[in-house]
Amino acid sequence: MTVQLDARPPATPATGNSRQSSGRLSRFDTRFSPYLYIAPFFLIFGIFGAYPLAYTFWVSLHDWDLLGADHPFVGAENYTRLLADVDFWHALVNTLGIFVISTVPQLLAALWLANLLNRGLRGRTGWRMAVLVPNVTSTAAVAIVFGVLFGREFGMINWLLDLVGLDAIEWKSNRLASWVAISAMVDWRWTGYNALILLAAMQAIPRDLYEAAAIDGASRARQFWSVTVPLLKPTIIFCAIIATIGGLQLFTEPRMFHSGTNPIRGGPLRESQTLTMYMFENAFAPHYNFGYGSAVAWLLFALIAIVAAVNVLLLRRLGGGARPNARKGTTR
Amino acid sequence: MAVFPRRRLAAVALAAATALLVTAGCGGGDEPGDGPVTLTVDVFGQFGYEQLYQEYMSANPGVKIVERGTGTNLDEYSPKLTQWLAAGRGAGDVVAIEEGLLVEYKANPANFVNLLDHGAADLKGNFLEWKWNAGLTADGKQLIGLGTDVGGIAMCYRKDLFQKAGLPTERDEVSKLWPTWSDYIATGEKFVAAKTGASFLDAATNTFNTILLQTAGNSSGYSYYDTSEKLVVDSNPAVRQAYDVTMDIIDSGLSGKYGSWSEEWVSAFKQSKFATIACPAWMTGVIEANAGTGAQGKWDIAQVPGNGGNWGGSHLAVPKQSKHQAEAIKLAKFLTSAKGQIGAFKAKGPLPSSPQALDDPAITGATNAYFSGAPVGTIFGTGAKSLKPVYMGPKNQAVRTEVENAVRTVELGQRSPAQGWTDAVANAKKAAAK
Repeated sequence: MTVQLDARPPATPATGNSRQSSGRLSRFDTRFSPYLYIAPFFLIFGIFGAYPLAYTFWVSLHDWDLLGADHPFVGAENYTRLLADVDFWHALVNTLGIFVISTVPQLLAALWLANLLNRGLRGRTGWRMAVLVPNVTSTAAVAIVFGVLFGREFGMINWLLDLVGLDAIEWKSNRLASWVAISAMVDWRWTGYNALILLAAMQAIPRDLYEAAAIDGASRARQFWSVTVPLLKPTIIFCAIIATIGGLQLFTEPRMFHSGTNPIRGGPLRESQTLTMYMFENAFAPHYNFGYGSAVAWLLFALIAIVAAVNVLLLRRLGGGARPNARKGTTR
Repeated sequence: MAVFPRRRLAAVALAAATALLVTAGCGGGDEPGDGPVTLTVDVFGQFGYEQLYQEYMSANPGVKIVERGTGTNLDEYSPKLTQWLAAGRGAGDVVAIEEGLLVEYKANPANFVNLLDHGAADLKGNFLEWKWNAGLTADGKQLIGLGTDVGGIAMCYRKDLFQKAGLPTERDEVSKLWPTWSDYIATGEKFVAAKTGASFLDAATNTFNTILLQTAGNSSGYSYYDTSEKLVVDSNPAVRQAYDVTMDIIDSGLSGKYGSWSEEWVSAFKQSKFATIACPAWMTGVIEANAGTGAQGKWDIAQVPGNGGNWGGSHLAVPKQSKHQAEAIKLAKFLTSAKGQIGAFKAKGPLPSSPQALDDPAITGATNAYFSGAPVGTIFGTGAKSLKPVYMGPKNQAVRTEVENAVRTVELGQRSPAQGWTDAVANAKKAAAK
């Protein structure tokens, strides 16, 4: 979402009218009203973003039984315990694993789809709309359906594997298989979305670049890799950042993928338990340890901040690669 | 000139709209105090109260009852209830609490109305003594909940699959097949050898829990925690014994490995993929809901191997946050009365915890058409009054989850029985410390 932030020049003195009070009012207007305009965002962010963040941190410093009346202060104990908690690191590896397995094919597929959609297809708008359809379906519904598709004995995927003579796969209790199944869910949902963003960026590439390339004898594939992809870099990185934020907070898909007793565990050996699921398991059932869960939330926050910082560095490096002193001239 | 005022107007409108949204988001769901009172009842599984609500509403025209949660499993229900209690709003006026969670809720009794302050003390004689005591806090000064049902255990089985495997199908003969768990395993081996395309039992975890509660009830009277609330998962012989029997079951290839309460488990019911399931009284309602009308008359009920046992059973409590406490208490008393318990039993099978109800001809003579007319009243009811309860410690649910998960990993072939036991003990200790 982009908000147009055109900084208007200060209002020129009202023509013809030079009353003292009006001048003061307009000075007040120019000085303070911009703050009022942006206030709603900060107000809402304060209530729904900053306050919960600070409160979660406060909770994470306490031994906070969800139902208990007393919450003794324990300092950093939750954090030190958490850093020595193998299940936490296990969940971290799961999260990163699922993130990589889902994001890389997803962006490649999105790029390919966008390239196809960028051609002169018949019924182009229809196709473009169609790729977004998976994104409109409810995540929970998607996850439940995929959970059934990937069932061990009654699932369609294993049935198909059986048809071609392959052994059934334990999709829910094999670590790698469950990562793949969950990634399939994520990709099914988000590939079209990314494809549309990449498509928009592709359409902003001037046609004459392609014409020039064609005159030079570049093939379609060569044009794609040498013209399209380099010019899409910022957009690809944007998609990667969005995928990172979503991927590290993955919850609904792996949670709904598992059913039965204690699904929050993500499989008997926590095969596909993500960090957010681990947070939920501790903060709510079956442990109801709100303090410990809050500590998980804060470490997750730190992790996302680190990954986002890496992303920004990459963005600077790649975006500035073409023009060494780019930062000077750009406004962003 | 015109630009600024319009923009400012837009900003004000936006701010106002936001404020409206915020207040609307927080203010929903409160009904005014006068007029008909709406009571919300939160349950899980199958409590069988629909008929009773109708009856209650026609006797009390000012009350409207809304129920939430029938058919959900306990793992979905309990976190929600805990969050509602912690948040101070959202819970129903009457809430069902399963015995394993009751211990945790009792540790923080301030969340609930003390039913002793509302004349519940007179009702003591209406409940089995241990069921009544389970609802009391440790100091005996507060009654959190009134008992609904107890979980006397039997063994439900598929007659058609037994016939296919050449086993007897008559319930008395089936009961004679398995006086002990090793006889049950031997029967299972015969069943598997007959290659009916179905497994002998649904999931090792359910059977494990049954054996554990039975063994514990017949020996020490506690399972994972002793009565001084010390974790004894590795030193209580009952736990180890139940684990070893379960390992034998897995080893003999009897389990269909349908993780209990999962989508697959439900599908396996529908597709007749297993022949027996350990069957606390409340499970009969679950079986009927899962297997559907197509399996009517194909199920029957025999004695459980070993000797009796109790699994599950619930209480009804009234959260302090309820806006209609008096009405809610009245409803809870009605639903847990002998009459209410008989009504629930007839609808969905949960076995009454009231001795009067257990003696009532409506129970003693009850049969269940879905289960081939099995005399459920005598099967479950006979042993009910001599049921030995198993003490549950503070983190019972979390510990049980860990041990059952270890059983599941062995069942799925991910761990050896020895590794599974090491995991069970280590993870249970970790969970108890959280």
